[in-house]
Amino acid sequence: MSIALRVGIDVGGTNTDAVVLDDDDRVLATAKRPTSPDVTEGLRAALDAVLAELPEPGLEKHVKRVMLGTTHATNAILERRALGRVAVLRLGAPATTSVPPLSEWPDDLRETVAAGTAIVRGGYFVDGREIAPLDVDAVRRFVAATPADAIAVTGVFSPASADQENRVAEIIRAEIGDVPVSLSHEIGSLGLLERENATVLNAALYGVARDVTDALREALAARGLEVETYFAQNDGTLMAVDYAARYPVLTIGSGPANSLRGAAYLSGVTDAIVADVGGTSTDLGVLAGGFPRESAAAVEIGGVATNFRMPDILSIALGGGTIVGAEPRSVGYRIGTEALVFGGSTPTMTDAAVAAGRGDVGTHPVPGQWRERLARAVRRADEAVADAVDRVTLGRVDRPLVAVGGGAFLLAAEVPGVREVVRPAHAEVANAVGAAIALAGGRFETIVPASGGGSSRATLIDNAKEEAAARAVAAGADPASVQIVELSEIPLSYLPEPAVRLHVKAAGPLARQAG
Amino acid sequence: MQARITSADVSALARGCAVLGTGGGGDVRPGAIAARRAIRDHGDVPLVTLDELPGDALVLPLSGIGAPTVSNEMVHGTDEPVRIAEEIERILGRPLAAVMSSEIGGGNGVAPVAWAARLGLPLLDADAMGRAFPEVQMVSMYVAGIPANLVVMADVVGNVVTIRPVDGLWSEQIARAVCVAAGSSALMADYVLTARECAGAVIEGTVSRAIAVGRATEGAADPLAALTAELGAVRLITGKLADLERRTTGGFARGTATIEGTGGDRGRILQLEIQNENLVAVEDGRVRAMVPDLITVVDTQTATAIQTEGLRYGQRVTVLAWPCDPLWRTPKGLETAGPRAFGYDMDYRPVEEIA
Repeated sequence: MSIALRVGIDVGGTNTDAVVLDDDDRVLATAKRPTSPDVTEGLRAALDAVLAELPEPGLEKHVKRVMLGTTHATNAILERRALGRVAVLRLGAPATTSVPPLSEWPDDLRETVAAGTAIVRGGYFVDGREIAPLDVDAVRRFVAATPADAIAVTGVFSPASADQENRVAEIIRAEIGDVPVSLSHEIGSLGLLERENATVLNAALYGVARDVTDALREALAARGLEVETYFAQNDGTLMAVDYAARYPVLTIGSGPANSLRGAAYLSGVTDAIVADVGGTSTDLGVLAGGFPRESAAAVEIGGVATNFRMPDILSIALGGGTIVGAEPRSVGYRIGTEALVFGGSTPTMTDAAVAAGRGDVGTHPVPGQWRERLARAVRRADEAVADAVDRVTLGRVDRPLVAVGGGAFLLAAEVPGVREVVRPAHAEVANAVGAAIALAGGRFETIVPASGGGSSRATLIDNAKEEAAARAVAAGADPASVQIVELSEIPLSYLPEPAVRLHVKAAGPLARQAG
Repeated sequence: MQARITSADVSALARGCAVLGTGGGGDVRPGAIAARRAIRDHGDVPLVTLDELPGDALVLPLSGIGAPTVSNEMVHGTDEPVRIAEEIERILGRPLAAVMSSEIGGGNGVAPVAWAARLGLPLLDADAMGRAFPEVQMVSMYVAGIPANLVVMADVVGNVVTIRPVDGLWSEQIARAVCVAAGSSALMADYVLTARECAGAVIEGTVSRAIAVGRATEGAADPLAALTAELGAVRLITGKLADLERRTTGGFARGTATIEGTGGDRGRILQLEIQNENLVAVEDGRVRAMVPDLITVVDTQTATAIQTEGLRYGQRVTVLAWPCDPLWRTPKGLETAGPRAFGYDMDYRPVEEIA
């Protein structure tokens, strides 16, 4: 008999959660440890703890894969820490010069990241004609004169016409050798400035990605584990670690996506509202077909606008550590000493929920004099949850609500606006489960004719599907079972021929391992 | 009113222009970034009223023309306004005195700050729509009967095209064809006017109005209430975007957005007919607002305007409607930009009577 176990780890703001799943996705062990400032320590502690929880000794030798969801890249940007210096090259002149690269970046982030910027002649029109032939000499001069840890290349309309960006990558390789190059058509979608920002951030994060990868490898090696490692992406899919090393910016925002995906798996429900109740906040999202519903709004990271698609999450200030009467403040990780049910003196939402008979938590009874205030707090919290549910549902009341996270017991047995409240087993580590069961995914976006029986439209759509599937395979998906999970078209106006923006997402289970 | 537009005014202007865009007019962000950049490079932009200009001063109405998705990707260069100004000054033999926004709604309301800064000219506190419209002839000068004298277009690669159209409808058709050839985005001067001709033929005060609209929500405890009060708007519904049907016909993105009421509006349903801009709002078969009155969809929490291209299933939105400039309610105004001009078989009725 051969068993292959998987470890899912989610490094959150407060806790690092870890789970071990078997071949059939059954949860064998779970663990929760505080997140350490340097990530690696908490990661190692959670990994040690979860392996120690395994039902039989020696089982840890069967761990074959580790999936990591981490906020490390986000924190690096927010704290301007360990970022590389990037040479920023745009292909588009004489167009686009009214807004040079990094124009709207916060000064300190620009100073940390920018090794130099240039706009050279090149880029494409919407219909694929060149705005100008690529100025190869200018590219050579810029990269030779701008020493940097990485280079970010963004060409106008490269998501539809990528040739110039690819040629620039070749020129750089020939000119200066092995410097990592971030190409915008591999990073983001249409919208030049947001895609360029994301591409530059990606290039700045290469070193950070390497550090996290090394830390993970080290933690695994210390346990004597030889495993394949994956990173969770912001859309709830995985990428292989060498892919994550090239696209570190895609790990940003993987936390909510993991919790939604984990909730779907643990509950067996694919269309639902998910409430993830943590120590300081409750995040509500919507599951549609097993995947998170995505937000349309531009995403700002560290003061920089990007065009990633992220889960549509509504956060309210309600968590297990929320201080009754002093909301939205929370006792955070000190809940084990400060809450009334742990013998402390601060009334928290955990105390309120225990007093209301919703959970059997703690070591002390709730003192009688608090009961009335706590009961009021529970009523207020229930109203806040009902209101938040109303805002994320679409007037539909037939969906279940899946309650996950360490504070899930805070939620009432019945919530207005949902069919039922589902509380799956292991809900407290849904994030880590979400990372462990995630599919490998890939996206592709381009422009195609809006209508007409023309074979060109059909061919272009097929090509887009193939490209998305190829990207999913590159991220680690099994080529035999990769599927198109999303295909959306948004019409464009004022074009010679009616056209649409085509967005394709592919995902599939990880390729089976040999041996 | 304020005498100059500084870098600090640009974000309020942009937010206000997004509201006045009634869902169209293009994204305000690239224009705002270009405006801040140009102010940094060339200095603040004086904002002048019509009576501050000599009667024979030449006013240059400028607008970007094309698909917002294209101009957000193929961002403008810096030299397009210079090429247009040089061509017009060459043809007319005298210097331009001020830049005017052709369309205060959307990106075309904020980008003229960049163009004026680049040209070293003041910006006129006026525009030709008071909102956003999709077609070139839907401007106040056309309604006022000023002949379409001159259209000059510049594209991102340096081409300059001068059109002497016989009327506004032809200028729309030819400009549209030039725009497509230029990669679906260009800068355009449409009409060149003296300050004297502007009187009654432009909508005055709209730049300061957009700044005031943007300022109203800045730091407001209840941004939605603040915006509604500033606009003098009627709140048509607060709810969720429950359905969105899109179709492309005649080069325009058309669609119907269905908003289901929530909270106090639970049980009500509003349908919004869209053609680039929000044109008609219908509830239970009853029209509650129609073009040329202004209908804007905003995020219920932040009161930030949402463009029609940014509408997504599930958004929590509020729909506001308020009266257009009186110029659009004249017979010629309604013929140009009333409901029938957009293919709706209905007679115009003012929002304050039907909302």
